[in-house]
Amino acid sequence: MNTIIYTSVLGFFCMLAEILNLRKLIVPVLVLGLAVIFGLNLNDWNLNQSYYNNMLHVDNFSVAFGGLAIFVTLMVFILSTDFYGSNNYHISDYMSILTFILVGALMMFSFSNLTMMFLGIETLSIAMYVMAGSKRFDIRSNEAGFKYFLMGSFASCFLLFGIALIYGTTGSFDLGKIAEYTIQNQGNISPLFYTGMVLMVFAMLFKVSAAPFHFWAPDVYEGAPALITAYMSTLVKIAAFAAFYKIMSATFFYTSEKVELVLMAATILTLLVGNLIALAQSNFKRLLAYSGISHAGYMMLVILSAKNQPAGALFYYSLAYSLSTLAAFAIAIPMFKSAGTEDISAFNGLSKKNPLAAAAMSMAMLGLAGIPPFAGFLGKYYIFTEALQSEYFYTTLLAICCSMVGVYYYFKVIIAMYGKPANEVKYESTFNFNLVLWVCLGLSLLIGLNPAPILNIF
Amino acid sequence: MLSLTLLSIPLIASLLLLFTRGGLSRNLALVFTLLQLGFTVYAYQVFKTEGAAPFDLLRNWSAKPFLNVHFSMDGMSLLMVILTNLLLPLIVLSGYNRETERPHLFYSLMLFMQFALNGVFMAFDGFVYYIFWELALIPIYFISFVWGGENRAQITLKFFIYTLVGSLLMLFGFLFLYNGSPAHSLDWASMVLNKSCSCNQTWLFWLFFVAFAIKIPIIPFHTWQPDTYKTAPTQGTMLLSGIMLKMGTYSLIRWLLPIVPNGVMEWQPLVITLCVVGVVYASIIAIMQRDLKKLLAYSSIAHVGLISAGIFALNLSGLQGSLVQMFAHGINVVGLFFCADIIFNRTCNGNVEGIGGIRLLAPQFSTWFMVVVLGSVALPLTNGFVGEFMLLYGVYEYHTWLSVVAGLTIILGAVYMLRMYQKVVLGKAVMENLVFPDLMWNEKVVLITIGILIFVTGLFPAPIIELTEPVLKTIINK
Repeated sequence: MNTIIYTSVLGFFCMLAEILNLRKLIVPVLVLGLAVIFGLNLNDWNLNQSYYNNMLHVDNFSVAFGGLAIFVTLMVFILSTDFYGSNNYHISDYMSILTFILVGALMMFSFSNLTMMFLGIETLSIAMYVMAGSKRFDIRSNEAGFKYFLMGSFASCFLLFGIALIYGTTGSFDLGKIAEYTIQNQGNISPLFYTGMVLMVFAMLFKVSAAPFHFWAPDVYEGAPALITAYMSTLVKIAAFAAFYKIMSATFFYTSEKVELVLMAATILTLLVGNLIALAQSNFKRLLAYSGISHAGYMMLVILSAKNQPAGALFYYSLAYSLSTLAAFAIAIPMFKSAGTEDISAFNGLSKKNPLAAAAMSMAMLGLAGIPPFAGFLGKYYIFTEALQSEYFYTTLLAICCSMVGVYYYFKVIIAMYGKPANEVKYESTFNFNLVLWVCLGLSLLIGLNPAPILNIF
Repeated sequence: MLSLTLLSIPLIASLLLLFTRGGLSRNLALVFTLLQLGFTVYAYQVFKTEGAAPFDLLRNWSAKPFLNVHFSMDGMSLLMVILTNLLLPLIVLSGYNRETERPHLFYSLMLFMQFALNGVFMAFDGFVYYIFWELALIPIYFISFVWGGENRAQITLKFFIYTLVGSLLMLFGFLFLYNGSPAHSLDWASMVLNKSCSCNQTWLFWLFFVAFAIKIPIIPFHTWQPDTYKTAPTQGTMLLSGIMLKMGTYSLIRWLLPIVPNGVMEWQPLVITLCVVGVVYASIIAIMQRDLKKLLAYSSIAHVGLISAGIFALNLSGLQGSLVQMFAHGINVVGLFFCADIIFNRTCNGNVEGIGGIRLLAPQFSTWFMVVVLGSVALPLTNGFVGEFMLLYGVYEYHTWLSVVAGLTIILGAVYMLRMYQKVVLGKAVMENLVFPDLMWNEKVVLITIGILIFVTGLFPAPIIELTEPVLKTIINK
């Protein structure tokens, strides 16, 4: 709870800093502040307390995911000093909006009331719409922001409508009360409840960019500024999945036979769409967008097997995925800046110009492809065991086949770096980018080799 | 803890090499591979006196999902570890008179490969085994891709995806076993001892078999192999054909036979026929080949086809023969590819019919090349003979006519190998102004060592048979 309040305070500080002419202080204060909040957040471990008439509930789940979200944000803030270096003028706006995205995410981890979840999702989404369109003079960025906003508000409507229907049948927004209702009325649950549930599932599928609600993702990822894409593909996805998992595991699994089919169809479709369309991409950001969709497919397996309470698998996978993705962006952003293009061809011959960066990029790609010893492999392994334990036999087999397809497109980047003749672009990175890069890769390797502390976190 | 040392020497070396440059990295790689070889000899002594106990290492890795790290050693593992660590110094040494771009990276990857291979052979837990199996794929992919020849991007990617398809199927198999077993354990001993898996082994067999069959490769899963062998740099090809391919045959014995015995029994007729047909098919293609490296690649498919046929005969002589032949083939094929590389390097010509006349220019090379060729056509007294004899005997015990067909490999092998030797080395030079300097010092060391090994293991195969007998008996009894 404290984390949410302090993070909001940080966001307000950014806005005030503009007025008080403290612009230079913004990034250092934010980084320091977030580090402190990270510590405060961990302090809540094993606290298990409810706030405000059970609107928020802080438990280990919310603390763990909150820690991950704060870490990701911290990394993005470290990158943003160099990313926004050229147009310093707006930095306070950007930073405060980014901070409020984190606030929204933190609410999505710790809600125990559907209104709170809606507030969290909206805080996060509205801030994200603005950020997607934050490159004001770039038409693609405008398109991205607008598209994301239109589609996102539709999804929010669905969510709200779903919540309303559920409220209508159960008489409460509270997750515990809704679960109680489904247990007590087993067998004669009102059809309106199912309608509401399916509407909510649709909205959540949109937020996690699962097929068939994924169409916004490639365009928005491509159009948004690269740093925002990095933030969107890590934090927003994790937050949406955590919230999705939370509702599924808290309320819906008592009645899951009806929803199961919908979820299963979405999972299969997401796996296929994400992996197969990614094969044809030549733009790096679009590639990562489709790769994000395919990773959503794997994480959907966790949602499917939510009755086993596999929160550990979801957390480990989210961590592994965001570490590799952040590392990939920490190389890609400076690369794009000097190449002037966001095509995979920007990486051509990187191994000759800068072997270290090429090796790091390969590690990130191998991590995303799920090849040991990187964390991505164990994450997949864990998810697949959970899915098999819930007897999703063919879906798991399909997911395994899809990870095979995944190797092909991740290796396209590796092949460009090692096999293609070098282009004339110079790769120039800064200290901050390298810092984020090696912290992420190091952690990815570390939790890949010593997974026990993270796997058994819950 | 000895197993840990065997793993850490190459790993540390591979990390260390990243910080060296130029000739130093090559020398350092040689020093470390020799050190590893020395340590392997020591390990062999320890194993003979004290058995597996000093090698055993069992640690819990994670509680949920329940995963263990388990390294151990038995006769079969030791044999493969010896093969790996024996060949590595030779492979490093064979690159001494070649210029390699970015040698520190090249040799670092090579030592990393050695680390992974040692891990594959010493892993006694399915999960650890899988990780090392995958780890071995990464360095060899980069070696073949970065230092490879024409069309390397497509060919090596095909290789990678092909083998990864197999690996992932195997992963699914392991996951399934993991969920099926009551203790949620993938430990080798527990999987062999309790006949727990009453599940449907009919298709479980294929999950594992396809993974191994791709690596070996058994026809029809071989299409990645000839191109990859041709494109990869010679040292990479040596690693691939000499050791990595043995991962597949080793895993057949170590994992496939004991884990899904019923599945194996069920599919035995089909698979063994597939292997034997593969032997003949690959031999015939080898006869038609004009490209030296591809010829050797197909001959390799024929040989490993026979090895797998011997394994699937499911009797002691077949299994023993396969292990002897795995050891022998590892040595021979490295020798063959090295000779092919020497020829290609000096004539810049890979066409069998386009060379000729080397005998007069390089008598020493021709002699040692002959020794290696004889070893691989299984002349009595060479290492190839013992293995092939036992393998054919094993297949004979299973089925008479099948062994007759498999026996063709000796004749066909002689046809393509000796014809190749004749065309390449003997006769008149086809190329004008052929300059062919005789062996350099490092080439001499490598080829003479291989030649000696061919005869020594041909004359005294008993230690190999004794070493592996207890394990094989446990597996057969299962």
